Amino acid sequence: MRLRGNALLGGMLMALLAAVALLATVWTPVAPLMPNLRARLHPPSPAFLLGTDEFGRDVLSRIMAGTATSTLVALLTVAFAVTAGAALGLLAGYARGWTDRALMAVNDALLAFPGILLALGLMAVIGPNKYGIVLALGLAYAPSVVRVVRATVMSVREREFVEASRSMGNSEVYTVLRHVLPNCIAPLTVLATSMFGWVVLAESALSFLGLGVPPPAPTWGNMLSAARPYMETAPWLSIAPGACIALTLLGVNLLGDALRDRLDPRMAAA
Amino acid sequence: MRAYIAKRVAMTVPTLLLVSIAVFVLMRLVPGDPAQLMLGDQGDPAQLDQLRRAMGLDRSLPVQYLIWLRNVAHGDLGRSLANDLPVLPLLVERFQVTAGIVLVAVAIAASIAVPAGLLAAWRQNSLADLAIVAGSTLLLSVPSFWFGLLLLLLFGVKLGWLPVIGYVPFVEDPWRALQYTILPVVTLALIESGVITRMARASTIEVLRLEYITHARAKGVPESGVLWRHALPNAFAPTWTLIGLILGNLLGGIAVVETVFTLPGLGRLLVDAIFARDYPVVQGCMLLAILVYVLVNLVIDLLYPLFDPRVTAE
Repeated sequence: MRLRGNALLGGMLMALLAAVALLATVWTPVAPLMPNLRARLHPPSPAFLLGTDEFGRDVLSRIMAGTATSTLVALLTVAFAVTAGAALGLLAGYARGWTDRALMAVNDALLAFPGILLALGLMAVIGPNKYGIVLALGLAYAPSVVRVVRATVMSVREREFVEASRSMGNSEVYTVLRHVLPNCIAPLTVLATSMFGWVVLAESALSFLGLGVPPPAPTWGNMLSAARPYMETAPWLSIAPGACIALTLLGVNLLGDALRDRLDPRMAAA
Repeated sequence: MRAYIAKRVAMTVPTLLLVSIAVFVLMRLVPGDPAQLMLGDQGDPAQLDQLRRAMGLDRSLPVQYLIWLRNVAHGDLGRSLANDLPVLPLLVERFQVTAGIVLVAVAIAASIAVPAGLLAAWRQNSLADLAIVAGSTLLLSVPSFWFGLLLLLLFGVKLGWLPVIGYVPFVEDPWRALQYTILPVVTLALIESGVITRMARASTIEVLRLEYITHARAKGVPESGVLWRHALPNAFAPTWTLIGLILGNLLGGIAVVETVFTLPGLGRLLVDAIFARDYPVVQGCMLLAILVYVLVNLVIDLLYPLFDPRVTAE
């Protein structure tokens, strides 16, 4: 009962996120990049619901635009990590032998990087931009997908239904895509949901450090970073962007727990 | 036991080698080779050539890697492009700041989270359990840098109890050092306690269902004894591993938290070096962060048999 309530709350938060992100692509109360020098650092008021920043830009509009950017970056990153990781995981698990060993050696080396360190190193080379983040975070998170897919492939590749497909004369590629890959979908759904949360957090952290999406394009992370010098004069700037990150992560965590309990009982946390 | 230790230590060697190759390759993706970066744009070609030969950059890439690896093994991480100082002492100095804060924070987090997880598991589905689960899920969802900003806003700006910017080393002035480090420690301790609580709760719930617990209760062992002496030793192993991962992760540089609280730690050094395109420092930070991560996890695994003797039995 409690679990269903949690899943519902999580789902509602994610739906809200999607709705705001979509709305922001067509409409925001004020243009998010429009400076207004006569309304600099305005506290929240009916005219500016969440106040204005140091250039007089409307915080609410920037939050909405930031929602669209952060969500797009996170979706692209997860899609990239899952596609690349699944392809390599299928290859490693199915080919075995040297291909498998070489792939897994590289994979394990990438997995040995703690936290967002690999992404930081990649951003150092690529330089801060929106698609650089997708590449950097995608490469950082793909290895965990490779792991999960390879493990699933290993566990089903000798099973009768895979053998049956082969003996019916189906090609190896068809057998893998039609009969092996579907077994990876449940664990991948669970992983991709959590990954969406990790990516939102990582992108915010990188943008907060100034190594993510560069200004003037707003993201929650770079808005928080810009708010730091105005902490004493304009504290409202530090509140809303972080609350958005926290609500998104809360939604992902609630939904992720519910999904995991449903789809992958082995991983269920009692 | 000895075989377990030898096997586990041997496992770290290929990991470290592969990771060092990854860092080496990553830094070679930067436009311009190390000699060019050292001389800058105005170096004359003859000088550049000479330096390249001296650094072994005219050799093949694998040989270059081996030369580099030998230097790293001798503690020679090169010199900062910004001020020509050797990189290693700089790393050590910054790492001390990070390590002090992280060790205290994780110790506090574990000592709050493990009892909380235990309590929640013991009274599963009670009001206390609900509160603890809700609290830890919330903590899990709050980004550390935002939480830090909110604490600064409250205690630094609104109440004016603590300084908002700065840092003083502990050896210089313990009392002022405490004022600068208390908020980062509290931030990290609270944020990390969320995930540790969840793990401690989940593994305790699993253990409490086992027959030996029922047996202990039937024998008349008091509930506190059942929890602390019978359940905890068996439930603690996964939590222990998680604490190790968190510790290794944070020691590798808590750049965001160090940025919020303007602490001169390893993570901030890395980020500043990335901005300054000071690649020897970037490389040094990454190597140190990974080395610490791998070593912390090695130590955690070596201590693991204390909590779960089964791992050495095979």
